[in-house]
Amino acid sequence: MNRMKILLNGIIKENPTLVLLLGTCPTLAVTTMARNGLGMGLAATFVLIGSNVVISLLKNVIPDKVRIPAYVVVIAGFVTIIQLLVQAYVPFLDKELGIFLPLIVVNCIILARAEMFASKNTVLDSFFDGLGMGLGFTMALLIIGSIREIIGSGTWFGLTVLPASVEPMKILASAPGGFFVFGCVIAAVQFISRKKGKTVKKSTGCAACPMAEQCGKTKEGEC
Amino acid sequence: MLAMKEIFMILVSAILVDNFVLSKFMGICPFLGVSKKLDSAVGMGLAVTFVMIMASAVTYPIYRYLLLQFDLTYLNTLVFILVIAAFVQLVEIVLKKFIPALHKSLGVYLPLITTNCAVLGVTLLNVDNNYNFLESIVNAAGAGLGFLLAMVLFSGVRQRMEGCDIPESFKGMPITLAAASMVSLSFGGFVGVVDGLFK
Repeated sequence: MNRMKILLNGIIKENPTLVLLLGTCPTLAVTTMARNGLGMGLAATFVLIGSNVVISLLKNVIPDKVRIPAYVVVIAGFVTIIQLLVQAYVPFLDKELGIFLPLIVVNCIILARAEMFASKNTVLDSFFDGLGMGLGFTMALLIIGSIREIIGSGTWFGLTVLPASVEPMKILASAPGGFFVFGCVIAAVQFISRKKGKTVKKSTGCAACPMAEQCGKTKEGEC
Repeated sequence: MLAMKEIFMILVSAILVDNFVLSKFMGICPFLGVSKKLDSAVGMGLAVTFVMIMASAVTYPIYRYLLLQFDLTYLNTLVFILVIAAFVQLVEIVLKKFIPALHKSLGVYLPLITTNCAVLGVTLLNVDNNYNFLESIVNAAGAGLGFLLAMVLFSGVRQRMEGCDIPESFKGMPITLAAASMVSLSFGGFVGVVDGLFK
């Protein structure tokens, strides 16, 4: 029951992309097609689960002062693994994601979960947290990717869905469309959660940022 | 002469055409987070430019003479992020000790830069594009200046939005993203610049 709660927390209540607003770079960059979004989401899920489990195992060994560099090394190790796996087995995805595959290292979702969850909880809980957060991220990427691909190029996972008479709006598949669709999806999430009477988080991700305590801007509310 | 042309091409395309923030989607977090006020936007932009140039200068020899030599290129990501993290820490210590005034204005941005994907991104792109030392530095400088330009322009746009009456659901992040979309659209106008200028 409790584990189920942790899992759902990541997917819905604290969805890393749509509610906590973390990891915006890959969200915008790889969602030109639903397929790429799904691939990116699953790669990040793998890294999240791996790093959460390892960091949770090492939580009593890692000295507090150098914990951030230690976490980064663990995360970078898993990113290298997934990079080699993707290159070997899904070469087209490696080509599509390009530089954003190694850039999973600096995805704030992973570092934030290491700092906020894995370093304080048991291994099994951390596993479910990683799985939930990863699936939440994947779901968000899939939604944004689907919207951009269907309206922007008239296809979905490569299959033609819009009739030929409907001209695809190419702008949604390019950079400005990425910002716009992401903004609209967040607005929709805020609208739904307001309808349900839940308070909307005002923070723009800084509250969940692992660097927040070192960053002097947090108190001034600038970040 | 030919080399000069090449260098300018890299610089212009990194600043305008392939702007890191607006068309490559790197460094979005600071772009959205620290662009509320002009002075913090400039501070962050300068700090990122500095770290990008230095990180490229440091990672180039490590890549060329260590990783490539011993066939360890699969360790790129891991080594680069460690170098960047260590370097940022070093810069902070040095600034604090010797130039306290600069540390006061830029210092707060430094820890955030480690997790800025634009810095790691530029070092990885240098390797991907097989740039030599000079080209790497120029690419980093262009990427940093492009980031600074985008930050400054966007902080101006955001100040305009301050007093606007925005629908409740769009307040905060969504309207900021929609505004970023417009700024990004305007940068789309630079697409032909490199071809027009240099070819």
